[in-house]
Amino acid sequence: MINVFEVRETNKMIEESNLDVRTITMGISLLDCCDNNVDVVCEKIYRKITEKAANLVKVGEQIELDYGIPIVNKRISVTPIALVGGSCCKTPEDYVKIAKTLDRAAHTVGINFLGGYSALVSKGMTPADKLLIESIPQALAETELVCSSVNVGSTKTGIDMDAVKMLGETVKKTAELTKDNDSLGCAKLVIFCNAPDDNPFMAGAFHGVTEGDVVINVGVSGPGVVKRAIEEVKGQDFGVLCETIKKTAFKVTRVGQLVAQEASRRLNVPFGIIDLSLAPTPAVGDSVAEILQEMGLERVGAPGTTAALALLNDQVKKGGIMASSYVGGLSGAFIPVSEDQGMIDSVLEGALTMEKLEAMTCVCSVGLDMIAIPGDTKATTISGMIADEMAIGMINQKTTAVRLIPVHGMKVGDTAEFGGLLGYAPIMKVNEFDCSDFINRGGRIPAPIHSFKN
Amino acid sequence: MNRTIITVIGKDRVGIIATVCTYLAEHKINILDIDQSIIQGYFHMMMIVDANGADKEFASLVKDLDKIGEDLGVQIKMQHEEIFDIMHRI
Repeated sequence: MINVFEVRETNKMIEESNLDVRTITMGISLLDCCDNNVDVVCEKIYRKITEKAANLVKVGEQIELDYGIPIVNKRISVTPIALVGGSCCKTPEDYVKIAKTLDRAAHTVGINFLGGYSALVSKGMTPADKLLIESIPQALAETELVCSSVNVGSTKTGIDMDAVKMLGETVKKTAELTKDNDSLGCAKLVIFCNAPDDNPFMAGAFHGVTEGDVVINVGVSGPGVVKRAIEEVKGQDFGVLCETIKKTAFKVTRVGQLVAQEASRRLNVPFGIIDLSLAPTPAVGDSVAEILQEMGLERVGAPGTTAALALLNDQVKKGGIMASSYVGGLSGAFIPVSEDQGMIDSVLEGALTMEKLEAMTCVCSVGLDMIAIPGDTKATTISGMIADEMAIGMINQKTTAVRLIPVHGMKVGDTAEFGGLLGYAPIMKVNEFDCSDFINRGGRIPAPIHSFKN
Repeated sequence: MNRTIITVIGKDRVGIIATVCTYLAEHKINILDIDQSIIQGYFHMMMIVDANGADKEFASLVKDLDKIGEDLGVQIKMQHEEIFDIMHRI
Protein backbone atom coordinates (compact mmCIF):
# COMPACT_ATOMS: atom_id res chain seq x y z
CA MET A 1 0.00 0.00 0.00
CA ILE A 2 1.12 3.55 -0.74
CA ASN A 3 2.77 5.20 2.25
CA VAL A 4 2.96 8.76 3.46
CA PHE A 5 6.50 9.28 2.15
CA GLU A 6 5.57 8.25 -1.38
CA VAL A 7 2.56 10.53 -1.33
CA ARG A 8 4.74 13.33 -0.04
CA GLU A 9 7.35 12.72 -2.75
CA THR A 10 4.78 12.97 -5.53
CA ASN A 11 3.16 16.06 -4.09
CA LYS A 12 6.50 17.76 -3.50
CA MET A 13 7.33 17.21 -7.17
CA ILE A 14 4.08 18.93 -8.10
CA GLU A 15 4.19 21.74 -5.54
CA GLU A 16 7.88 22.55 -5.31
CA SER A 17 9.44 21.35 -8.55
CA ASN A 18 6.73 22.32 -11.05
CA LEU A 19 5.90 18.77 -12.14
CA ASP A 20 3.11 19.11 -14.63
CA VAL A 21 1.55 17.62 -17.67
CA ARG A 22 2.52 20.21 -20.22
CA THR A 23 -0.16 19.43 -22.74
CA ILE A 24 -3.00 17.18 -23.73
CA THR A 25 -3.09 17.52 -27.49
CA MET A 26 -5.96 16.16 -29.51
CA GLY A 27 -4.94 15.26 -33.05
CA ILE A 28 -7.79 15.62 -35.52
CA SER A 29 -7.68 14.50 -39.13
CA LEU A 30 -9.19 17.05 -41.51
CA LEU A 31 -8.72 14.93 -44.63
CA ASP A 32 -12.48 14.36 -44.78
CA CYS A 33 -13.07 18.13 -44.91
CA CYS A 34 -11.67 18.48 -48.46
CA ASP A 35 -13.88 20.10 -51.09
CA ASN A 36 -13.36 22.26 -54.17
CA ASN A 37 -15.01 25.27 -52.50
CA VAL A 38 -12.97 26.97 -49.80
CA ASP A 39 -16.03 28.18 -47.86
CA VAL A 40 -17.37 24.64 -47.68
CA VAL A 41 -13.96 23.42 -46.46
CA CYS A 42 -13.95 26.11 -43.75
CA GLU A 43 -17.46 25.17 -42.66
CA LYS A 44 -16.55 21.45 -42.47
CA ILE A 45 -13.33 22.17 -40.56
CA TYR A 46 -15.08 24.35 -38.01
CA ARG A 47 -17.78 21.76 -37.48
CA LYS A 48 -15.37 18.84 -37.13
CA ILE A 49 -13.03 20.56 -34.67
CA THR A 50 -15.76 21.98 -32.47
CA GLU A 51 -17.52 18.61 -32.40
CA LYS A 52 -14.51 16.40 -31.69
CA ALA A 53 -12.88 18.74 -29.19
CA ALA A 54 -16.03 20.02 -27.50
CA ASN A 55 -15.11 18.41 -24.17
CA LEU A 56 -11.33 18.54 -24.40
CA VAL A 57 -10.82 21.46 -22.03
CA LYS A 58 -13.49 20.30 -19.58
CA VAL A 59 -12.05 16.79 -19.36
CA GLY A 60 -8.53 18.20 -18.94
CA GLU A 61 -9.71 20.31 -16.03
CA GLN A 62 -11.51 17.35 -14.42
CA ILE A 63 -8.35 15.24 -14.58
CA GLU A 64 -6.37 18.08 -13.01
CA LEU A 65 -8.76 18.13 -10.06
CA ASP A 66 -9.01 14.36 -9.66
CA TYR A 67 -5.29 13.77 -9.46
CA GLY A 68 -4.10 17.14 -8.23
CA ILE A 69 -1.67 17.50 -11.15
CA PRO A 70 -1.63 20.67 -13.26
CA ILE A 71 -2.32 20.20 -16.95
CA VAL A 72 -0.94 23.41 -18.35
CA ASN A 73 -2.21 23.35 -21.92
CA LYS A 74 -5.01 21.80 -23.88
CA ARG A 75 -4.24 21.90 -27.58
CA ILE A 76 -5.26 20.60 -30.96
CA SER A 77 -3.18 19.46 -33.92
CA VAL A 78 -4.68 19.01 -37.36
CA THR A 79 -3.76 17.48 -40.71
CA PRO A 80 -1.23 19.66 -42.56
CA ILE A 81 -3.44 22.33 -44.07
CA ALA A 82 -1.54 22.39 -47.39
CA LEU A 83 -3.14 18.98 -48.06
CA VAL A 84 -6.59 19.88 -46.79
CA GLY A 85 -6.76 23.07 -48.85
CA GLY A 86 -4.98 21.67 -51.88
CA SER A 87 -8.06 21.32 -54.06
CA CYS A 88 -9.82 24.57 -53.10
CA CYS A 89 -7.18 27.20 -52.40
CA LYS A 90 -6.18 29.16 -55.49
CA THR A 91 -4.46 32.07 -53.72
CA PRO A 92 -2.59 32.56 -50.44
CA GLU A 93 -5.64 34.49 -49.21
CA ASP A 94 -7.75 31.35 -49.57
CA TYR A 95 -5.37 29.59 -47.18
CA VAL A 96 -5.59 32.55 -44.77
CA LYS A 97 -9.36 31.99 -44.76
CA ILE A 98 -8.72 28.47 -43.46
CA ALA A 99 -6.27 29.82 -40.87
CA LYS A 100 -8.93 32.19 -39.57
CA THR A 101 -11.44 29.34 -39.39
CA LEU A 102 -8.95 27.28 -37.36
CA ASP A 103 -8.44 30.26 -35.04
CA ARG A 104 -12.19 30.69 -34.59
CA ALA A 105 -12.63 26.96 -33.82
CA ALA A 106 -9.72 27.09 -31.34
CA HIS A 107 -11.35 30.01 -29.51
CA THR A 108 -14.74 28.26 -29.48
CA VAL A 109 -13.39 25.13 -27.77
CA GLY A 110 -11.19 27.17 -25.42
CA ILE A 111 -7.78 25.64 -26.19
CA ASN A 112 -4.39 27.39 -25.91
CA PHE A 113 -2.95 26.67 -29.36
CA LEU A 114 -3.82 24.86 -32.56
CA GLY A 115 -1.03 23.44 -34.73
CA GLY A 116 -1.02 22.10 -38.25
CA TYR A 117 -0.99 25.14 -40.50
CA SER A 118 1.70 23.12 -42.16
CA ALA A 119 3.24 21.74 -45.32
CA LEU A 120 5.41 18.64 -45.74
CA VAL A 121 7.87 19.45 -48.50
CA SER A 122 10.99 17.47 -47.68
CA LYS A 123 11.49 16.48 -51.34
CA GLY A 124 9.51 19.03 -53.29
CA MET A 125 6.64 21.49 -53.19
CA THR A 126 3.27 21.17 -54.92
CA PRO A 127 1.60 24.42 -56.04
CA ALA A 128 -0.61 24.07 -52.94
CA ASP A 129 2.43 23.76 -50.66
CA LYS A 130 3.89 26.92 -52.19
CA LEU A 131 0.65 28.83 -51.70
CA LEU A 132 0.45 27.75 -48.07
CA ILE A 133 4.03 28.80 -47.39
CA GLU A 134 3.37 32.15 -49.07
CA SER A 135 0.33 32.63 -46.86
CA ILE A 136 2.12 31.91 -43.56
CA PRO A 137 3.13 35.52 -42.67
CA GLN A 138 -0.38 36.85 -43.15
CA ALA A 139 -1.99 33.83 -41.49
CA LEU A 140 0.18 34.20 -38.38
CA ALA A 141 -0.32 37.96 -38.26
CA GLU A 142 -4.10 37.73 -38.50
CA THR A 143 -4.72 34.83 -36.12
CA GLU A 144 -3.94 34.37 -32.45
CA LEU A 145 -3.82 30.66 -31.66
CA VAL A 146 -2.77 29.08 -34.96
CA CYS A 147 0.74 27.63 -35.20
CA SER A 148 2.56 26.78 -38.39
CA SER A 149 5.31 24.36 -39.33
CA VAL A 150 7.01 23.25 -42.51
CA ASN A 151 9.02 20.06 -42.86
CA VAL A 152 11.75 20.82 -45.40
CA GLY A 153 14.00 17.80 -45.05
CA SER A 154 14.38 14.22 -43.89
CA THR A 155 17.04 11.54 -43.72
CA LYS A 156 15.11 9.59 -46.35
CA THR A 157 14.64 12.41 -48.85
CA GLY A 158 17.36 14.98 -48.30
CA ILE A 159 16.71 18.70 -47.98
CA ASP A 160 14.47 20.77 -50.22
CA MET A 161 16.68 23.83 -50.63
CA ASP A 162 14.04 25.72 -52.64
CA ALA A 163 11.79 25.52 -49.58
CA VAL A 164 14.67 26.49 -47.31
CA LYS A 165 15.25 29.61 -49.42
CA MET A 166 11.54 30.45 -49.40
CA LEU A 167 11.28 30.01 -45.65
CA GLY A 168 14.12 32.43 -44.93
CA GLU A 169 11.98 35.03 -46.66
CA THR A 170 8.83 33.77 -44.92
CA VAL A 171 10.41 34.19 -41.50
CA LYS A 172 11.49 37.74 -42.38
CA LYS A 173 8.07 38.66 -43.69
CA THR A 174 6.33 37.18 -40.63
CA ALA A 175 8.60 39.29 -38.42
CA GLU A 176 7.71 42.38 -40.43
CA LEU A 177 3.94 41.77 -40.31
CA THR A 178 3.99 41.22 -36.54
CA LYS A 179 6.51 43.96 -35.74
CA ASP A 180 4.17 45.65 -33.26
CA ASN A 181 4.45 42.60 -30.99
CA ASP A 182 8.22 42.13 -31.19
CA SER A 183 7.76 39.93 -34.27
CA LEU A 184 5.79 37.41 -32.21
CA GLY A 185 4.47 35.69 -35.36
CA CYS A 186 7.85 33.98 -35.79
CA ALA A 187 7.41 32.27 -32.41
CA LYS A 188 4.52 30.38 -34.01
CA LEU A 189 6.50 29.11 -37.01
CA VAL A 190 8.81 26.08 -36.90
CA ILE A 191 10.89 24.69 -39.74
CA PHE A 192 11.64 20.98 -39.36
CA CYS A 193 13.79 18.15 -40.58
CA ASN A 194 12.41 14.66 -39.79
CA ALA A 195 9.25 16.12 -38.22
CA PRO A 196 7.33 13.51 -36.19
CA ASP A 197 3.67 12.91 -37.05
CA ASP A 198 2.56 12.79 -33.43
CA ASN A 199 4.36 15.61 -31.62
CA PRO A 200 2.00 17.22 -29.07
CA PHE A 201 4.21 20.27 -28.43
CA MET A 202 3.76 23.64 -30.09
CA ALA A 203 4.49 25.35 -32.33
CA GLY A 204 5.43 22.25 -34.33
CA ALA A 205 2.46 19.96 -33.68
CA PHE A 206 0.50 18.59 -36.61
CA HIS A 207 -1.63 15.50 -37.08
CA GLY A 208 0.30 13.40 -39.60
CA VAL A 209 -1.35 11.65 -42.51
CA THR A 210 -0.35 8.30 -41.03
CA GLU A 211 -2.56 8.92 -38.00
CA GLY A 212 -6.13 7.84 -37.33
CA ASP A 213 -9.16 10.12 -37.33
CA VAL A 214 -8.78 11.47 -33.79
CA VAL A 215 -6.09 10.73 -31.23
CA ILE A 216 -4.90 11.93 -27.83
CA ASN A 217 -1.19 12.64 -27.37
CA VAL A 218 0.22 13.84 -24.09
CA GLY A 219 3.36 15.82 -23.40
CA VAL A 220 4.84 15.55 -19.92
CA SER A 221 7.46 17.82 -18.50
CA GLY A 222 9.34 18.46 -15.30
CA PRO A 223 12.84 19.90 -15.59
CA GLY A 224 12.49 21.15 -12.02
CA VAL A 225 11.94 17.60 -10.77
CA VAL A 226 15.10 16.36 -12.49
CA LYS A 227 17.11 19.26 -11.13
CA ARG A 228 15.88 18.63 -7.58
CA ALA A 229 16.72 14.93 -7.89
CA ILE A 230 20.30 15.53 -9.01
CA GLU A 231 20.86 18.07 -6.25
CA GLU A 232 20.79 15.01 -4.00
CA VAL A 233 23.73 13.35 -5.79
CA LYS A 234 26.12 16.29 -5.93
CA GLY A 235 29.72 15.23 -6.55
CA GLN A 236 28.89 11.60 -7.28
CA ASP A 237 30.03 9.87 -10.48
CA PHE A 238 28.26 9.68 -13.84
CA GLY A 239 26.81 6.24 -13.12
CA VAL A 240 24.91 7.64 -10.16
CA LEU A 241 23.96 10.81 -12.03
CA CYS A 242 22.52 8.87 -14.97
CA GLU A 243 20.65 6.45 -12.74
CA THR A 244 19.07 9.37 -10.87
CA ILE A 245 17.89 11.10 -14.04
CA LYS A 246 16.56 7.83 -15.44
CA LYS A 247 14.52 7.03 -12.32
CA THR A 248 13.10 10.53 -12.21
CA ALA A 249 12.16 10.46 -15.90
CA PHE A 250 10.40 7.15 -15.26
CA LYS A 251 8.27 8.63 -12.48
CA VAL A 252 7.41 11.74 -14.48
CA THR A 253 6.42 9.71 -17.52
CA ARG A 254 4.22 7.40 -15.48
CA VAL A 255 2.12 10.41 -14.50
CA GLY A 256 1.82 11.32 -18.17
CA GLN A 257 0.76 7.78 -18.94
CA LEU A 258 -2.01 7.98 -16.33
CA VAL A 259 -3.27 11.31 -17.63
CA ALA A 260 -3.16 10.07 -21.22
CA GLN A 261 -5.11 6.92 -20.38
CA GLU A 262 -7.72 8.88 -18.47
CA ALA A 263 -8.09 11.56 -21.14
CA SER A 264 -8.41 8.89 -23.79
CA ARG A 265 -11.03 6.98 -21.79
CA ARG A 266 -13.09 10.01 -20.81
CA LEU A 267 -13.06 11.54 -24.29
CA ASN A 268 -13.56 8.15 -25.93
CA VAL A 269 -10.65 8.86 -28.27
CA PRO A 270 -7.74 6.44 -28.83
CA PHE A 271 -4.49 7.15 -27.04
CA GLY A 272 -1.56 7.87 -29.32
CA ILE A 273 1.74 8.55 -27.61
CA ILE A 274 3.41 10.12 -24.61
CA ASP A 275 6.05 12.69 -25.45
CA LEU A 276 8.47 12.67 -22.55
CA SER A 277 10.16 15.97 -23.13
CA LEU A 278 11.80 18.20 -20.58
CA ALA A 279 10.16 21.43 -21.64
CA PRO A 280 11.21 24.49 -19.67
CA THR A 281 9.12 27.57 -18.91
CA PRO A 282 10.32 31.03 -17.93
CA ALA A 283 9.40 30.26 -14.28
CA VAL A 284 12.40 29.99 -11.94
CA GLY A 285 13.13 26.33 -11.20
CA ASP A 286 11.53 25.09 -14.42
CA SER A 287 14.70 25.21 -16.46
CA VAL A 288 16.72 22.70 -18.50
CA ALA A 289 19.72 25.04 -18.23
CA GLU A 290 19.61 24.72 -14.43
CA ILE A 291 19.81 20.93 -14.74
CA LEU A 292 22.98 21.23 -16.83
CA GLN A 293 24.40 23.70 -14.32
CA GLU A 294 23.48 21.43 -11.43
CA MET A 295 25.57 18.72 -13.12
CA GLY A 296 28.58 20.95 -12.61
CA LEU A 297 28.72 23.61 -15.32
CA GLU A 298 29.16 27.21 -14.21
CA ARG A 299 26.89 28.33 -17.03
CA VAL A 300 25.28 26.68 -20.04
CA GLY A 301 27.70 27.13 -22.91
CA ALA A 302 30.77 26.25 -20.86
CA PRO A 303 32.90 23.38 -22.20
CA GLY A 304 31.15 20.15 -21.25
CA THR A 305 27.69 21.52 -22.07
CA THR A 306 27.15 19.29 -25.11
CA ALA A 307 28.18 16.18 -23.18
CA ALA A 308 25.92 17.12 -20.27
CA LEU A 309 22.97 17.67 -22.59
CA ALA A 310 23.67 14.41 -24.44
CA LEU A 311 23.57 12.35 -21.27
CA LEU A 312 20.48 14.18 -20.03
CA ASN A 313 18.63 13.57 -23.29
CA ASP A 314 19.57 9.91 -23.35
CA GLN A 315 18.68 9.19 -19.73
CA VAL A 316 15.32 10.93 -20.09
CA LYS A 317 14.54 8.60 -23.00
CA LYS A 318 15.77 5.51 -21.16
CA GLY A 319 13.68 6.25 -18.08
CA GLY A 320 10.63 7.20 -20.06
CA ILE A 321 10.68 4.29 -22.45
CA MET A 322 9.98 1.80 -19.68
CA ALA A 323 7.25 3.97 -18.20
CA SER A 324 5.07 3.93 -21.29
CA SER A 325 4.79 1.46 -24.14
CA TYR A 326 3.91 4.21 -26.58
CA VAL A 327 6.54 6.88 -26.50
CA GLY A 328 6.75 9.22 -29.46
CA GLY A 329 6.81 12.84 -30.51
CA LEU A 330 10.06 14.64 -29.79
CA SER A 331 10.93 13.07 -26.41
CA GLY A 332 14.11 14.46 -24.88
CA ALA A 333 15.33 17.82 -23.66
CA PHE A 334 14.18 21.08 -25.24
CA ILE A 335 16.60 23.97 -25.25
CA PRO A 336 14.58 27.05 -26.18
CA VAL A 337 16.31 30.27 -25.23
CA SER A 338 13.45 32.65 -24.45
CA GLU A 339 11.44 30.08 -22.48
CA ASP A 340 14.24 29.17 -20.08
CA GLN A 341 15.59 31.65 -17.54
CA GLY A 342 18.88 29.76 -17.21
CA MET A 343 19.45 29.95 -20.97
CA ILE A 344 18.63 33.66 -21.03
CA ASP A 345 21.10 34.33 -18.19
CA SER A 346 23.79 32.35 -20.00
CA VAL A 347 23.31 34.42 -23.16
CA LEU A 348 23.37 37.67 -21.19
CA GLU A 349 26.60 36.71 -19.47
CA GLY A 350 28.24 35.80 -22.76
CA ALA A 351 28.54 32.10 -21.94
CA LEU A 352 26.19 30.88 -24.65
CA THR A 353 26.61 31.73 -28.33
CA MET A 354 24.72 30.77 -31.45
CA GLU A 355 27.51 28.38 -32.48
CA LYS A 356 27.40 26.54 -29.14
CA LEU A 357 23.62 26.33 -29.40
CA GLU A 358 24.01 24.74 -32.82
CA ALA A 359 26.39 22.16 -31.37
CA MET A 360 23.91 21.44 -28.58
CA THR A 361 21.17 20.78 -31.13
CA CYS A 362 23.13 17.74 -32.34
CA VAL A 363 22.28 16.00 -29.07
CA CYS A 364 19.06 17.64 -27.84
CA SER A 365 15.62 16.57 -28.98
CA VAL A 366 14.82 19.52 -31.21
CA GLY A 367 16.89 22.44 -32.44
CA LEU A 368 17.53 26.17 -32.57
CA ASP A 369 14.45 27.16 -30.64
CA MET A 370 13.02 30.55 -29.70
CA ILE A 371 16.16 32.50 -30.50
CA ALA A 372 15.83 36.22 -31.11
CA ILE A 373 18.24 37.61 -33.68
CA PRO A 374 18.79 41.12 -35.10
CA GLY A 375 15.90 42.42 -37.21
CA ASP A 376 18.21 43.29 -40.10
CA THR A 377 19.47 39.71 -40.52
CA LYS A 378 19.26 38.88 -44.24
CA ALA A 379 16.70 36.32 -45.45
CA THR A 380 19.48 34.27 -47.03
CA THR A 381 21.38 34.22 -43.71
CA ILE A 382 18.25 32.86 -41.99
CA SER A 383 17.98 30.26 -44.78
CA GLY A 384 21.63 29.37 -44.19
CA MET A 385 20.94 28.81 -40.49
CA ILE A 386 17.92 26.69 -41.39
CA ALA A 387 20.00 24.65 -43.87
CA ASP A 388 22.69 23.99 -41.23
CA GLU A 389 20.14 22.79 -38.73
CA MET A 390 18.34 20.63 -41.30
CA ALA A 391 21.68 19.05 -42.26
CA ILE A 392 22.31 18.10 -38.62
CA GLY A 393 18.91 16.39 -38.52
CA MET A 394 19.29 14.68 -41.88
CA ILE A 395 22.74 13.23 -41.20
CA ASN A 396 22.05 12.25 -37.59
CA GLN A 397 18.62 10.74 -38.30
CA LYS A 398 16.98 12.94 -35.68
CA THR A 399 14.38 15.66 -35.59
CA THR A 400 15.79 19.14 -35.81
CA ALA A 401 13.87 22.39 -35.90
CA VAL A 402 14.42 26.09 -36.29
CA ARG A 403 12.35 28.77 -34.61
CA LEU A 404 14.22 32.02 -35.14
CA ILE A 405 12.78 35.45 -34.47
CA PRO A 406 14.46 38.30 -36.37
CA VAL A 407 12.92 40.95 -34.15
CA HIS A 408 11.98 43.98 -36.22
CA GLY A 409 14.04 47.08 -35.40
CA MET A 410 16.15 45.36 -32.73
CA LYS A 411 19.87 44.71 -32.56
CA VAL A 412 22.30 42.87 -30.28
CA GLY A 413 21.90 44.26 -26.76
CA ASP A 414 18.12 44.70 -27.03
CA THR A 415 15.54 42.38 -25.49
CA ALA A 416 12.36 41.10 -27.13
CA GLU A 417 9.28 40.43 -25.00
CA PHE A 418 6.90 37.67 -26.10
CA GLY A 419 4.91 37.18 -22.91
CA GLY A 420 3.47 34.14 -21.13
CA LEU A 421 5.08 30.76 -21.74
CA LEU A 422 7.04 32.22 -24.67
CA GLY A 423 9.06 34.42 -22.32
CA TYR A 424 11.59 37.08 -23.36
CA ALA A 425 14.87 36.92 -25.21
CA PRO A 426 18.07 38.90 -25.58
CA ILE A 427 18.95 39.46 -29.23
CA MET A 428 21.82 37.10 -30.12
CA LYS A 429 24.67 37.80 -32.47
CA VAL A 430 24.54 36.09 -35.86
CA ASN A 431 27.59 35.41 -38.01
CA GLU A 432 27.53 38.26 -40.53
CA PHE A 433 29.44 36.63 -43.38
CA ASP A 434 27.32 36.07 -46.47
CA CYS A 435 25.88 32.76 -47.75
CA SER A 436 23.49 34.05 -50.39
CA ASP A 437 25.26 32.43 -53.38
CA PHE A 438 24.94 29.08 -51.61
CA ILE A 439 21.24 29.54 -50.80
CA ASN A 440 20.37 30.94 -54.25
CA ARG A 441 21.58 27.80 -56.05
CA GLY A 442 18.15 26.19 -55.64
CA GLY A 443 17.28 22.52 -56.00
CA ARG A 444 17.73 19.96 -53.28
CA ILE A 445 20.44 18.29 -51.28
CA PRO A 446 20.26 14.53 -51.93
CA ALA A 447 19.50 12.02 -49.20
CA PRO A 448 22.59 10.85 -47.32
CA ILE A 449 24.20 7.49 -48.03
CA HIS A 450 22.95 5.90 -44.81
CA SER A 451 19.33 6.45 -45.85
CA PHE A 452 19.59 3.51 -48.28
CA LYS A 453 18.68 0.69 -45.99
CA ASN A 454 16.37 -1.32 -48.21
CA MET B 1 -12.61 -0.01 -5.68
CA ASN B 2 -11.34 3.47 -6.52
CA ARG B 3 -9.63 4.84 -3.45
CA THR B 4 -8.79 8.40 -2.66
CA ILE B 5 -5.86 9.83 -0.75
CA ILE B 6 -6.30 12.85 1.48
CA THR B 7 -3.18 14.57 2.74
CA VAL B 8 -3.02 17.22 5.42
CA ILE B 9 0.21 19.12 5.95
CA GLY B 10 0.90 22.08 8.19
CA LYS B 11 1.54 23.29 11.70
CA ASP B 12 0.02 21.02 14.33
CA ARG B 13 -2.93 22.34 16.34
CA VAL B 14 -5.98 21.05 18.20
CA GLY B 15 -8.82 19.69 16.11
CA ILE B 16 -7.31 19.07 12.68
CA ILE B 17 -8.24 15.38 12.52
CA ALA B 18 -11.59 16.04 14.19
CA THR B 19 -12.57 18.73 11.69
CA VAL B 20 -11.54 16.73 8.66
CA CYS B 21 -13.17 13.52 9.90
CA THR B 22 -16.41 15.29 10.74
CA TYR B 23 -16.57 16.73 7.24
CA LEU B 24 -15.91 13.30 5.70
CA ALA B 25 -18.60 11.67 7.84
CA GLU B 26 -21.11 14.36 6.89
CA HIS B 27 -20.57 13.56 3.24
CA LYS B 28 -20.62 9.76 3.58
CA ILE B 29 -16.93 9.23 2.94
CA ASN B 30 -15.56 6.13 4.64
CA ILE B 31 -12.06 6.30 6.15
CA LEU B 32 -10.09 3.11 5.43
CA ASP B 33 -6.75 4.01 6.95
CA ILE B 34 -5.02 6.91 8.68
CA ASP B 35 -1.28 7.44 8.95
CA GLN B 36 0.03 10.42 10.84
CA SER B 37 3.44 11.71 11.80
CA ILE B 38 5.38 14.84 12.63
CA ILE B 39 8.14 15.38 10.04
CA GLN B 40 10.55 18.27 10.61
CA GLY B 41 8.11 19.90 13.01
CA TYR B 42 5.22 19.69 10.58
CA PHE B 43 2.06 17.70 10.93
CA HIS B 44 1.64 15.16 8.14
CA MET B 45 -1.49 13.10 7.86
CA MET B 46 -2.45 10.75 5.09
CA MET B 47 -5.86 9.16 4.90
CA ILE B 48 -6.99 6.50 2.51
CA VAL B 49 -10.71 6.90 1.99
CA ASP B 50 -13.52 5.46 -0.05
CA ALA B 51 -15.36 8.36 -1.63
CA ASN B 52 -17.43 6.26 -4.02
CA GLY B 53 -20.57 6.76 -1.92
CA ALA B 54 -20.03 10.47 -1.34
CA ASP B 55 -23.05 12.71 -1.67
CA LYS B 56 -21.09 15.40 -3.51
CA GLU B 57 -19.08 15.64 -6.72
CA PHE B 58 -15.35 14.96 -6.38
CA ALA B 59 -14.54 18.48 -7.58
CA SER B 60 -16.65 20.12 -4.84
CA LEU B 61 -15.14 17.85 -2.17
CA VAL B 62 -11.69 19.00 -3.32
CA LYS B 63 -12.76 22.63 -3.08
CA ASP B 64 -14.45 22.21 0.33
CA LEU B 65 -11.38 20.52 1.81
CA ASP B 66 -9.17 23.23 0.39
CA LYS B 67 -11.32 25.80 2.21
CA ILE B 68 -11.32 23.80 5.47
CA GLY B 69 -7.53 23.63 5.21
CA GLU B 70 -7.35 27.38 4.77
CA ASP B 71 -9.44 27.92 7.92
CA LEU B 72 -7.25 25.51 9.93
CA GLY B 73 -4.02 26.97 8.57
CA VAL B 74 -2.99 23.69 6.93
CA GLN B 75 -2.91 22.40 3.36
CA ILE B 76 -5.40 19.67 2.50
CA LYS B 77 -5.28 17.81 -0.79
CA MET B 78 -7.59 15.13 -2.09
CA GLN B 79 -6.42 13.02 -5.03
CA HIS B 80 -7.32 9.74 -6.67
CA GLU B 81 -4.93 7.03 -5.51
CA GLU B 82 -3.81 6.01 -9.03
CA ILE B 83 -1.39 8.91 -9.41
CA PHE B 84 0.69 7.56 -6.50
CA ASP B 85 0.35 3.93 -7.52
CA ILE B 86 1.45 4.56 -11.07
CA MET B 87 4.48 6.55 -9.97
CA HIS B 88 5.73 4.30 -7.17
CA ARG B 89 4.63 0.79 -8.17
CA ILE B 90 5.58 -1.22 -11.24
